[in-house]
Amino acid sequence: MNIAFNDETFRDDFTFRNSPQAIRRFPFPFHEDSYMYAVNMEPHVPLARDSAYGTLIDVDEHYVAEMRDRALVLKEDPLRYQALPHMMTAQWDTLELLMEQQAAGYPELFTLTRDGDRWHWINRPLNIDQRFTFGDAATLPCEPLEYITRQAQGDFCIVDQRDGNLWMDAGMVTTQADWSLDFDIGMNFMEWHGPVPLAHQIGVFDRALKFLLNLQQGRPVRRLNWTMTINARLDTSPENYHKWGPDRATVTPENVGNKVHLRCELQSLWRLPRSNGILFVIRCFLIKMEELVTVPKWARRFHRVLRDLPPELADYKGLTRYRPTTVAWLAKYDDGAPTSPGFFPD
Amino acid sequence: MSINTEMSVRVAAITQVADQVRRLRFERVDGQPLPVFSGGAHVVVSMRDGAILRRNPYSLMSSPADSSGYEISVLAVEKSRGGSTFLHHKLKVGDTLAISQPINLFPIDQRGRKHILMAGGIGITPFMAMMDQLAREDRSFELHYAVRTRSHGAYWRELQARYGARRVHVYCDAEQLFIPTGEILGHQPLGTHLYVCGPAGMIKGVLGSAAQLGWPRQNLHSEEFLAPPPGKVFKAVLTRSGKTITVHSHQSILEAVEAAGVEAPYLCRGGACGQCETAVVGCDGALEHHDIYLEPEDKASGKKIMICVSRISGSEIRLDL
Repeated sequence: MNIAFNDETFRDDFTFRNSPQAIRRFPFPFHEDSYMYAVNMEPHVPLARDSAYGTLIDVDEHYVAEMRDRALVLKEDPLRYQALPHMMTAQWDTLELLMEQQAAGYPELFTLTRDGDRWHWINRPLNIDQRFTFGDAATLPCEPLEYITRQAQGDFCIVDQRDGNLWMDAGMVTTQADWSLDFDIGMNFMEWHGPVPLAHQIGVFDRALKFLLNLQQGRPVRRLNWTMTINARLDTSPENYHKWGPDRATVTPENVGNKVHLRCELQSLWRLPRSNGILFVIRCFLIKMEELVTVPKWARRFHRVLRDLPPELADYKGLTRYRPTTVAWLAKYDDGAPTSPGFFPD
Repeated sequence: MSINTEMSVRVAAITQVADQVRRLRFERVDGQPLPVFSGGAHVVVSMRDGAILRRNPYSLMSSPADSSGYEISVLAVEKSRGGSTFLHHKLKVGDTLAISQPINLFPIDQRGRKHILMAGGIGITPFMAMMDQLAREDRSFELHYAVRTRSHGAYWRELQARYGARRVHVYCDAEQLFIPTGEILGHQPLGTHLYVCGPAGMIKGVLGSAAQLGWPRQNLHSEEFLAPPPGKVFKAVLTRSGKTITVHSHQSILEAVEAAGVEAPYLCRGGACGQCETAVVGCDGALEHHDIYLEPEDKASGKKIMICVSRISGSEIRLDL
């Protein structure tokens, strides 16, 4: 597959945009016209090749620009990457998984050659040619998790499993929806989900934890999560709230189409073989309202979902301020016609 | 949606390693490498024994880094439910079997500064893989291994040769030598983790003395595979699939469900992991819980049952399956 990489930014002048192909492959997160939390996990198996589910670790037209943005975030704030000392085995597990998946899914972009522990990695889009010894961190320019996640789209958390719980003990987090690895590091599953409203009461996290503790090798699972972002900013972190928080007051009926984005996270969870940890991939996709409405089904459905969202959820996701303006704008694209079931465009 | 990730393997070698202990080596039929795994993991082995499909969990004992083959050890059990007898008397080199992906319910705590492993008898097997991993990662460990007689104990000689007598201590019942649990547990540095695998009585005794000595619960780890105990014959009505099946006295509910062609989730098949928890719609007798997963209040509620090991005292149970 040939990918033409966009030259674009996720800050300052925000030149990010989706090509028509990228719009069609956007992982739209609503299978019906309303939304509520659920343990919406399903097997992470490949679907249609021209969708975001075509490979298990997706690489798209934003790859090069996203990696450039990650490097800028890390330069300003190195604590966006952290790994506790007992996570080194899990770091190598993750490096192996990401290299294998990228090389298998995109052989024209990535090549992995192994001779025992002597590995050779070629990343053509980023112009990297690296020989190293698997298991020996001194043979890489930085720790294995940092090394490979500077070359893979999405945020990455590795959780350690012990005492019947999962612990956030390593990660690379630069494209997050208002949470902080530096704050959450070392917390367990219940602790880091503490702030989520409504879901605790309906037992979502107890069930999700039970499910994940038994996650099996060779059977990754995925779920979708979503929020909204003003301007195409990947790094909406608590650390940088002063930069993006005020953006939410800048939405007007005239600029909704270009400024307001639906932000979808395609999350996949993988049992790691050597460490028995779990890799949690949080891959962020952005789409502008004016891009979204080019798919009539999504325009109708998103209008209805946003209009009917419980106020607690709108507050938690930080949408309250610009929700009415956005709903009014979307209403023009909703003629009230029924929508077909499922995520995909008609 | 269910995905079959079982692997088809061929028996590459069978070795008699001690009185009543056989080691089996499996290699993939398609020649592909097996997944690497973490020390302490097991696989579920599916065996076609005539018309019966048997599925038993066995700890992996080979090096977790070796993807050319997996090795397990099987003890010949006097009152075998069939699996152990099949693997000892019917299985031959060259036969094929299906195995699950590795599952680890007994992992090393990665934070441990030192690891004490205590094995009784065939409970040695998960520690073989763990020690390989700990040694490769250059971490501090010692093994205390209790055997009935020197000839019953599998692997103690090769373990002593490989890791040295300072790290591998063997105690033989027949020589009146027992693991001095109190002495060992009473003198360990902060950050030490303890792992026990063996008969139920041993696990209970070791964990009890650790608790008495003030060990934190988080530093204690144990694994015990419970074989489903036999019992009376009863009927199970599967309300969702609309089937009524008979659970024979040497069969678990899970096995009877599978034999009827109904799919039910499972992982450990030993009452430990919680995967096969099933809602009880009704029962005309008492539930006989044999698992170590459900909380006492869940067991008392009569609403949940772990179908891999538990049974009933009545004649019919209705299950949400």
